[in-house]
Amino acid sequence: MKRAILLSLCASSLFAQVTFERILGADKEPQNWMTYSGTTFSGRYSLLSQITPKNVKDLELQWIYQASSLEKFEATSLVVDGILYTVQPPNDIVALDAATGRTFWTYTYKPSPDARPCCGHINRGLAILGNVLFMGTIDAHLLAVDAKNGHLLWDTPVAKAESGYALTHAPLVVKDKVIVGTAGGEFGIRGFLAAYDVRTGKEIWRFYTVPGPGEPGHETWGGDSWKTGGASVWVTGSYDPELNLTYWGTGNPGPDWNGDPRPGDNLYSDSVVALDADTGKLKWYYQFSPHDEFDHDSVQVPVLADLEWPDRTGQKKVRKLMLWANRNGIFYVLDRATGQFLSGKPFVEVNWMNGFDEKGRPIRAAGKIPTEDGTAIYPGSEGATNWYSPAYSPRTGLFYVSAWAAYASTFFRIPVTYTEGRVYAGGWPKSYVPDGRAAENLREENEGFGAVRAIDPLTGQRRWEFKMNDVTDAGILATASDLLFSGGREGYFYALDARNGALLWKATLGGVIASGPMTYSVDGRQYVSVAAGHSLFSFALKK
Amino acid sequence: MRSLPVWALVALFLPPSFAQHGYTPGDVQDGEGLFIGNCAICHGPEGDAVPGVELARGKFKHASSDEELSQIIKNGIPGTAMPPGNFRGHELTALIAYLRSMSAAPPETVVLGNAARGKAIFEGKGQCLNCHRVSANGSYVGPELSDIGVARRAAQLERSILEPDAEILPENRSFRVVTQNGMEVTGRLFNLDTFTVQMMDSREQLRSFVKKDLKEFGFVKKSPMPSYRGKLSSEEVADVVAYLVTLRGGNRQ
Ligand code: HEC
Ligand code: HEC
Repeated sequence: MKRAILLSLCASSLFAQVTFERILGADKEPQNWMTYSGTTFSGRYSLLSQITPKNVKDLELQWIYQASSLEKFEATSLVVDGILYTVQPPNDIVALDAATGRTFWTYTYKPSPDARPCCGHINRGLAILGNVLFMGTIDAHLLAVDAKNGHLLWDTPVAKAESGYALTHAPLVVKDKVIVGTAGGEFGIRGFLAAYDVRTGKEIWRFYTVPGPGEPGHETWGGDSWKTGGASVWVTGSYDPELNLTYWGTGNPGPDWNGDPRPGDNLYSDSVVALDADTGKLKWYYQFSPHDEFDHDSVQVPVLADLEWPDRTGQKKVRKLMLWANRNGIFYVLDRATGQFLSGKPFVEVNWMNGFDEKGRPIRAAGKIPTEDGTAIYPGSEGATNWYSPAYSPRTGLFYVSAWAAYASTFFRIPVTYTEGRVYAGGWPKSYVPDGRAAENLREENEGFGAVRAIDPLTGQRRWEFKMNDVTDAGILATASDLLFSGGREGYFYALDARNGALLWKATLGGVIASGPMTYSVDGRQYVSVAAGHSLFSFALKK
Repeated sequence: MRSLPVWALVALFLPPSFAQHGYTPGDVQDGEGLFIGNCAICHGPEGDAVPGVELARGKFKHASSDEELSQIIKNGIPGTAMPPGNFRGHELTALIAYLRSMSAAPPETVVLGNAARGKAIFEGKGQCLNCHRVSANGSYVGPELSDIGVARRAAQLERSILEPDAEILPENRSFRVVTQNGMEVTGRLFNLDTFTVQMMDSREQLRSFVKKDLKEFGFVKKSPMPSYRGKLSSEEVADVVAYLVTLRGGNRQ
């Protein structure tokens, strides 16, 4: 009897444990979605292919999960062996049956009223390892919750919520650590990334995205400006196991729109940093927007791909690359082993820069800075794209991005002083395109529109686009059957042909899609799932 | 009698002054949940864990009217460890209803033994970890007990060990299904609706079933937990209860 219990315990733990090896080998079990972007390479690409361009018109809604809060639903769900885990904003974790949407359990967290998020009490999702889920909270705690029963295992305060720190992105698990970064770039925080022991929640390493006195890069901040330098982190990074590097995008320097208090390049704001995953030591960085004054956060998901790229002699060799469509309007290709800049091409209208110098530093356009009277800058303050997940399909070889095209803001600058816990911005942007959804849209195309754009990474050229009237905050999912799924502010969820952008199917979900679609399968049936408005929707082919 | 939940007892024995406040048993029940979730971490499930404060005595040092209690719950007591709480409307009514009810419930005395010995029995001879989980050890088959000392009074804990069938809380119910092809699954119930059921099987897997695919399904009335009456001596039971009382989560750093 005792023996039987022991045996069954062993069997069950083999069955359910999400080991880090499983996460690294996510391709081998495409029925599951075990990390924010699907794999640690972050291409948001799935090998599931039951839903095809031919049959996608037969997609039918299977279930809706309505959140009990009216905050934006930005989380990407995780699915492990038929169970779907997601976050109901602000910070409740729910475990649902992925086939029916029915609830197993809800873990409720009440964030402190001290939380001061810039942009809603939102959360973008979870990480999992073993039987444990990890979530950052809007009041800057990192929690570990038992995936079997929703019981809190540990709760580590990461930073001070009342100073403007918050955790909004899905954590990233690397080996036995869980990595998070802090949001709060509008509050004069000093950004950082930190890794915590998955078992205990103890901090193992911390990397400040604004270097302190004595550290390299500190000289890029005049005076004491480093103390309030921002460079927040609010979108999940990536990981390359061969290099043991973890890659993260960083946000704007503070104050946002007035660079006077912070003379210098302001490292490592608006950059990608490559850190040793064991120690948090900086291996390399590349700064996309030195001394930014347009709120051009580089908090995009770093997409890793191994592609043929010409070497110095012009010979094509497979190379470890990073593909990055930036909020500043440029599509970049970097060498992810060294950080070397390989190419940068605009993917929307851009007027703040005119090309790059030899080292890959952008050459600023004269006169394009915020002023008292306002200066029109392309792309505008919400960016050419933003945190919305892009996708990369190794089948088509194309990179897909949700773009804001023909979009400008007029940037105004005002004097600014820092007060703890208050907005530290130094100006404001004005645009035809509102920051949030307007129920009705009256804009002409040249006043800003949304599009899914397909970019050939080897040339930086656009292959095709799918235009929307309104802009889009939706991520993109690509599948091995050459389908793309995305949406936009208008509340449509649609499937496109990944090869040419043709519209193949759409559904009206009636709320802004501000999340990344994902796909999974249960008992051999493929589902495509996305959050819109305050609800999560899951579709599958008609039976 | 034993199987009545605490709030029902309270409803039966409502003293006149309490009834005048016009609370329903539902208010008291909601209040108990809120109290366990938000207050018991300091005040303890019996309301006596803060030195010098006895919430179950029916009299308060800092308040007499409901309005004053409501102010204390909303604003805390400045200069003390009593924190302000973000409660509104029905939550406040429910918390006050529960505070008032604490003095109405008949006091029960329980012998507490030695917690360290209790832990040894819990993990050894008692085989409690075969079904229960404490601080990331043990099984998921029975309810997690990591913070049971916050959630239950000593008398309730003792009763659970001696008479597991007497009161099975809704969140601890077991369910059994038999699929069309004869597979039988019994385990912890998570959720039951008109068309489906979500539960955990004996292999600790979360399972969901569509009722139309089932031959049979229903609640298991008898607790899967054995009674320890006669299996553990009364001293040993007192030791285990003393240990359970110390389980207060402590996951927050
Ligand atoms: C962080 C610990 C803590 C929490 C949580 C807490 N309390 Fe208190 N509470 C105290 C302390 C300490 C006192 C005693 C204050 C003093 O020194 O008089 C107190 C006093 C009180 C009093 C006044 C007692 C009297 O005799 O006047 C009431 C009523 C009370 N708490 C209710 C609550 C309720 C209801 C909750 C949950 C919503 C709660 N407390 C949560 C620590 C706490
Ligand atoms: C065969 C499995 C099994 C064993 C062994 C077992 N339990 Fe239980 N226990 C359960 C189940 C199932 C429940 C929920 C149903 C119920 O309340 O009876 C439960 C309920 C409880 C509760 C009430 C929980 C609550 O939420 O109020 C306590 C306390 C408890 N058990 C303590 C113990 C202790 C102490 C031991 C060892 C001396 C033990 N159990 C051994 C299965 C078991």
